[in-house]
Amino acid sequence: MDHHLILRVVTRLLVAPILLFGLYVQFHGDFGPGGGFQAGVIFAVALILYGIVFGLSRLRSIFPDRWVMRLLAFGLLLYAGVGVVSLIQGGNYLDYNVLLPSAKAGQHYGIIVIELGVGITVFGVMMAIYYGFAGRPPSIEDTDW
Amino acid sequence: MIEAITTFTAQHGPLLAIAVPLIASPLAILMVNRVAAFIVTWLSAVTSFGLAAQMVTITADGTVLSYAIGGWAPPIGIEYRVDAANALVVLIVSMMATVLLPYMRTSIEQEVAERQHTLFYACFLLCFTGLMGVAVTGDAFNVFVFLEISSLSTYALVAMGAAKDKRALSAAYDYLVLGTLGATFFVIGLGMIYMVTGTLNLADLGRRLAEVDAENRTVRTAYGFIVVGLGLKIAMYPMHRWLPGAYTFAPTTISAFLASTATKVAIYVLARFVFSVFQIDYPFERDTLQFVVLPLALLAMFTASFVAVFQQNVKRLLAYSSLGQIGYMLLGLTLLTATGLTATFTHLFAHALTKGALFLAVGAIIYRTGGPMMHNLAGQARLMPWTSAAIVVGGLSLIGIPGTVGFVSKWVLIQAAFEADLWPIAAAIVASSLIAVVYVWRLVEVLYLQPAREGAAKREAPLTMLIPIWVLVVAIVWTGFDADGLVSVARTAGESLLDGGFVADGARIIGVPGR
Repeated sequence: MDHHLILRVVTRLLVAPILLFGLYVQFHGDFGPGGGFQAGVIFAVALILYGIVFGLSRLRSIFPDRWVMRLLAFGLLLYAGVGVVSLIQGGNYLDYNVLLPSAKAGQHYGIIVIELGVGITVFGVMMAIYYGFAGRPPSIEDTDW
Repeated sequence: MIEAITTFTAQHGPLLAIAVPLIASPLAILMVNRVAAFIVTWLSAVTSFGLAAQMVTITADGTVLSYAIGGWAPPIGIEYRVDAANALVVLIVSMMATVLLPYMRTSIEQEVAERQHTLFYACFLLCFTGLMGVAVTGDAFNVFVFLEISSLSTYALVAMGAAKDKRALSAAYDYLVLGTLGATFFVIGLGMIYMVTGTLNLADLGRRLAEVDAENRTVRTAYGFIVVGLGLKIAMYPMHRWLPGAYTFAPTTISAFLASTATKVAIYVLARFVFSVFQIDYPFERDTLQFVVLPLALLAMFTASFVAVFQQNVKRLLAYSSLGQIGYMLLGLTLLTATGLTATFTHLFAHALTKGALFLAVGAIIYRTGGPMMHNLAGQARLMPWTSAAIVVGGLSLIGIPGTVGFVSKWVLIQAAFEADLWPIAAAIVASSLIAVVYVWRLVEVLYLQPAREGAAKREAPLTMLIPIWVLVVAIVWTGFDADGLVSVARTAGESLLDGGFVADGARIIGVPGR
C-alpha cells in the first residue's frame, strides 16, 4: 500500500483517537450509552484498520497472535472471577453489594470490572476473527487473475 | 471441614455446577500444556458431577430449590430453579462428561491437531457449561442464552472432525444453519409470551399463563414457535436433517457426548415448557401433542430405525438409531401421564448410557482400524474382544433385552401406553424394537462371524478408552437389574412436572435470599 499516501496519513491520525474513544465507551458505559461489547469492537477496529492499511506483518509485530487467546481467556476469567469474589464474601454469585464495604460502591465498581472483562474478551474475539481470516494464505494468488 | 463444604455446596450447588466448568474453560486455554488442560477439564467435570448428585438427593423428595443470581430476587432477577426433573438431566450431562473425558484425551490424539487440544478442551467445557445451564436455569431467556452457548461451541466441535474428514465442515454448517433457525424460532416464541405476560421467569410464566384465556392467539402462536424451535434442537422427526451428518463426522467423543446429552437437554426444555409454562389443559396444546407430535414420534421410531438398517457407516447407523430413540422419548411425553413422563426420563438416562457406550466402543475400533465403515469392524471380535463385547451389550440395551437399562425404560413406556388404553402404541413400541434387532444383529454378525483382515494382529483398545467404555457397560447392566432407584427418581421428576410443584410458591430458597 505504498502509494496510498492519503490512507496512510489518515490512518496514522485516526488510530489514537479511535483507541481513546474505545476507552471512553468502555469506562463511561456504566452511566451512559456504551459498555464492554461496543468498546471491545471499537478498540479492535483501531488495530484492524492499522492492519488493513500497513499490512498484517506490521500489526503482528505490535500485537502478536499469542496475545489473542490469552486476552480472550483473561476477559472471561475476570468476569467469572467477580462472581467468585462475591461468593467468597458471603453473597450469591455476581452479587455486587458484598464486593466492597459499602453496597453502593460495590455496585459501581462491580459493573465496571464486569464490563472490562466483557470488553477484553470482545476485543480478543474480534482480533481472533480478523487474524483467522486475514492470516489465511490466499487460495488464488493476485497474479493468477 | 467436609461438613462446611457440603453446606456450602448445598447452598450454592445449582450455580457452582455451571460456574466451575465456565471458569475452567478459560483456564484450559491459558494452560501451557495439554495434560494440564485435560486435568483442569476433568476436575471441573467431576466437581459438577458431585454437585449434580447432591442436587438429585436433595430434590428426590419433591423439594424445589431456588437460587437468586446476583442477589436479585426472582421474578425480576435471574433465578436458578431446580426440581427433580432438572436435577436428573444435570446428573446425566455431568456423568457423561466425567466418563467421556479420559477417553477423549486418547481419542483426540488421532482426530485433532495437537496444537488445538487445549482449545478443544475449552470448547468442550463451554458446550458442557451451556447444557448444564439450560437444565438448571429458571429463566426463559437464560435458557436461550445457554442453548446458544452450547450450540455455538457444538458447531465448532463438530467442525473439528475436519482434520479426519472434510465433510465435517459441511455437516457443521448444516447444523449451524438449522440450529440457528431453531434458536430463532424459540426466541420469537419467548418474545410473544413475554408480550402477553410481561415476565420471563419460568415459574412466574406458568402462574401468569394460567390466568390467560385459552383462546389467546399470541399464546397459541408462541407455543407453535417454541415447539418448532425446540423440535429442531431435539431433531424431532421431520426436522432431523442436521443430526446424521453431525454425529457421523464429529470426533467420536463429541458424537458420544452429543448423542447422550444435547438432544436430551432439549427434550427436557420441551417438557418444561409443555407442562410447567403452558397449561396442559388448553385444547390447542393437547391437540398439538396428540395429533402432531405423537404420530411424528411413531414415524421416527419406524423410519429412522429402518434407515439405520441399511447404513454402511457405523457412526451414521448409530445416529439414525438415535433419531428413532428420540421418538420413544417424545412418545412418553405425549401420553401426558405421570407414567409416560417417567418413561421419558428413564429413557433419557437409559439412552445416554447406551448410546454413549456404543459410540465410544465404535470409536475405539476407529482408533485401531482407522475407519468407521462396516468392513473396518469385520472380525474385530477376535482382535478386540472387550470392545466388541461392549458393542453387544450396548446393542442389547438398544433393543431392550431384559437385564439391560434399555429394557427398563421400554417396559415403563409400554406400561404407560397400556395405562392410557393405547395398546396399538404398545404394539408399535415392540414392533419398532424388532427393527433394532436387525441393525444390532448386522453389527454382531460383522464383528463375530466375518473373518478379520489378513495378518491383523490382536490389539485391544488402550485402557484409557476401555475403562470408560466398560464403566458405561457395567452401568447399563447394573441399572438393568437394579432399576428401582432410577425409576423412582424419574417418577418424582415426571410427577413434579405434572403437579406444578415447579411453578407453585414454596420453593426452598438457597444461597442468600434475593433483595
